[in-house]
Amino acid sequence: MCTFVSTKQIKMITKMNHVSVFVLNQDSAFDFYVNKLGFKVHTDAPMGPGMRWLTVCPPEQPDLEISLMSIDEGMMFKKEAAQQMRDLVSKGTFGFGVFECDNLLVTYEELKARGVEFTKKPTQEFYGFEALFKDDSGNWFSLGQKN
Amino acid sequence: MAVLLYPKIYLYRRIVYAKLFIDDNYAEKIDLDNIADEAFFSKFHFIRLFHSIYGKTPHQYLSFVRIEKAKQFLATDISVANVCYAVGFESVTSFTGLFKRMVGQTPAVYQATQHQRQAEIASAPLKFIPNCFAEKKGWKPVGSFE
Repeated sequence: MCTFVSTKQIKMITKMNHVSVFVLNQDSAFDFYVNKLGFKVHTDAPMGPGMRWLTVCPPEQPDLEISLMSIDEGMMFKKEAAQQMRDLVSKGTFGFGVFECDNLLVTYEELKARGVEFTKKPTQEFYGFEALFKDDSGNWFSLGQKN
Repeated sequence: MAVLLYPKIYLYRRIVYAKLFIDDNYAEKIDLDNIADEAFFSKFHFIRLFHSIYGKTPHQYLSFVRIEKAKQFLATDISVANVCYAVGFESVTSFTGLFKRMVGQTPAVYQATQHQRQAEIASAPLKFIPNCFAEKKGWKPVGSFE
């Protein structure tokens, strides 16, 4: 008889806890994500000259760390690749996700007043009510209203 | 699709600007009656609309902003008393009481906890970074798992 029977179902992947957004400048990204979007700083660790591990979280999602990764020449990017990546980011190539808010019109007005650039005003689409904005590097995000 | 036109957008805008005023002036002595006047609302109507949008009365929101700012300041080396005055409280006792109610710790304990975490990050930053990122960034030797 098996003695290892458990009533707890074993799941495989349960959730995401880190995601990376590549940014052109971490100081500027800090200002954008913390002071404009209102995100919380989770970890801000200097890692040597010119290097920094910086993660932020949406206010109601403290277990999802968004790593604001600078695009530097190094192990992750060779010199040419770093330049290509910087060009792609600044041209608005990448969309990294969808954020959610309670009231899109209110959040849109507030973020706009704080200097956030929207590329699409709040619009009722067949899949929901959404707007699009860019971060200070050029990455774009969708902003949707809950429900 | 066309952008929807919302008849209440001008109301939202006035409430949003009132909230931004609180965000920017939390350290000052804010008279919420004046904010209602500035927003061209009666005090009652202003409080009701603000609460319907943000889930807090303007006074509750002002307290929330002050405590959130206090948490940021306490993560530095500023003393509890100076943080109290820097975020707009006039009494350390009332600041400490409200902080403990909202955060669950006294400001002093919160500050000590933050300083301890910062010291841990400074002494062993790799404990706070997923290994794959640290390796990709060249912050630690490549592992031998494979």
